[in-house]
Amino acid sequence: MRKRSLIPILYILFLLLPIYWLVAMSFKTTQEILGGFSLFPQTFTFENYRVIFTDPTWYWGYINSIIYVSLNTVISVCVALPAAYAFSRYRFLGDKQLFFWLLTNRMAPAAVFALPFFQLYSSVGLFDTHLAVALAHCLFNIPLAVWILEGFMGGVPKELDETAYVDGYSFPRFFTTIFLPTIKAGVGVAAFFCFMFSWVELLLAKTLTAVQAKPIAATMTKTASSAGYELGLLAAAGTLTIIPGAIVIYFVRNYIAKGFALGRV
Amino acid sequence: MKTENQRAWFFVLPVLLLVAFNALVPIMTVVNYSVQETFGNNVFFWQGLDWFENILRSDRFHAALGRQFLFTFLILIIEVPLGIIVALSMPKKGFWVPVCLVTMALPMLIPWNVVGSMWNIFTLPNIGLLGYFMNDVLGVNYDMTQQPISAWITIVVMDVWHWTSLVVLLSYAGLVSIPDAYYQAAKIDGASPWKVFRYIQLPKMKTVLTIAVLLRFMDSFNIYTEPFVLTGGGPGNSTTLLSIDLVKIALGQFDLGPAAAMSLIYFAITLLVSWLFYTLMTKDDAQ
Repeated sequence: MRKRSLIPILYILFLLLPIYWLVAMSFKTTQEILGGFSLFPQTFTFENYRVIFTDPTWYWGYINSIIYVSLNTVISVCVALPAAYAFSRYRFLGDKQLFFWLLTNRMAPAAVFALPFFQLYSSVGLFDTHLAVALAHCLFNIPLAVWILEGFMGGVPKELDETAYVDGYSFPRFFTTIFLPTIKAGVGVAAFFCFMFSWVELLLAKTLTAVQAKPIAATMTKTASSAGYELGLLAAAGTLTIIPGAIVIYFVRNYIAKGFALGRV
Repeated sequence: MKTENQRAWFFVLPVLLLVAFNALVPIMTVVNYSVQETFGNNVFFWQGLDWFENILRSDRFHAALGRQFLFTFLILIIEVPLGIIVALSMPKKGFWVPVCLVTMALPMLIPWNVVGSMWNIFTLPNIGLLGYFMNDVLGVNYDMTQQPISAWITIVVMDVWHWTSLVVLLSYAGLVSIPDAYYQAAKIDGASPWKVFRYIQLPKMKTVLTIAVLLRFMDSFNIYTEPFVLTGGGPGNSTTLLSIDLVKIALGQFDLGPAAAMSLIYFAITLLVSWLFYTLMTKDDAQ
């Protein structure tokens, strides 16, 4: 038993090492970073964080990212819920083909869509808005949400629906008061995945924004190239991007394994 | 059994409209570009299938495609077995389970460009932890910006760091769904650990492993941001994967026609290989 737990421990250590290094760098001064190797920060400083929290171009990057990610999560889950219900309960013309077509959108390389997306959203006047990024991320998040929710809904016996109708429930009332609470774990997991993939995506978010809705990730790449080697600042900005993910993951910790299996175990 | 109901289409309609807006319009734009030539000013000339021919014959495309397949192959062959091993040795219940799961999921929630920057900082010779360890402690000459082999090792290790947890979490979900009675029966029969794995655990993990392999294939084949931030495709062209090359052509040189043709070929390859994987891995179920 002892020997077996060594593998996860080593694996977790391997995962934490680069993260530790990022956090350690964020508390160092630029001189110390470039001056040579040190395992712990010698002159512990909050200067990098102070810059981020006082400079609007920095902290607005975080706010922008959170706005479009939340917007995308809400849109994706709301439209995916009825669709997933339809796929899990009914047969209709072209259902299998439609489901497969939805999934193929997960396979499209974002690089393929970057330029056409720019033109599309410019032509409908949404360029550089939070809504543009939120809608663009629907491309890969809606299929995923439908897939996850369909998995969870498939696990709910059909008798539940039928009993409710016999008891005189209308469909909207049944869906909101009985069905949704039954699959709330699935909704949580779907929302988590939408949040995650929207939060980590950069290429489309960067292509569709300029100033007003610029994501934090774009602010970081600009700083990395323009200010030369501001490694400490870059590390602090990177450390802060880990926090929202860590908070969200804490909420779904009990469903995470099942969630990653898309409800299909 | 599902009931037939055509009105279900109304439930699917919002999804259909949103995804179609995002998928069909851009893909038609790409198709449009792929058969035309432009010299700017929105003047286009019919080009037919020339771009497709050029791309399919070009050494540059073959090289990038080869590098892409090598990368994806290495990723799958390392991440899938490693993920299964870690999942098998994880505790099944107790305080440590949520701790393990949350820490393991953490790398997947870091924005992809931050992953690139993080590994850049981590591997800098002399001042990064790994770079310092390799060069100054082990005495190995390791510099990602100079040696193609170092760059390759770095992007592969980075991806293993980033995504192995996906395989772990999926396999783990499959493992915890196995009832205890199965293990007890195996114990009574005196089955060896290998037999338990082969005949109880592996079949139970099959569905989730299919999902894992498919997701890992699609995402590693489409990878762009992390290697771009880390190596920029270099040194030379040694880590220029397909996406990186595509963006270089489309946005760097603004050759819209060839870039569009390459996009379509790229997408077609991804679809084809995903479909092959899917049919091969689910073949036994059908029989």
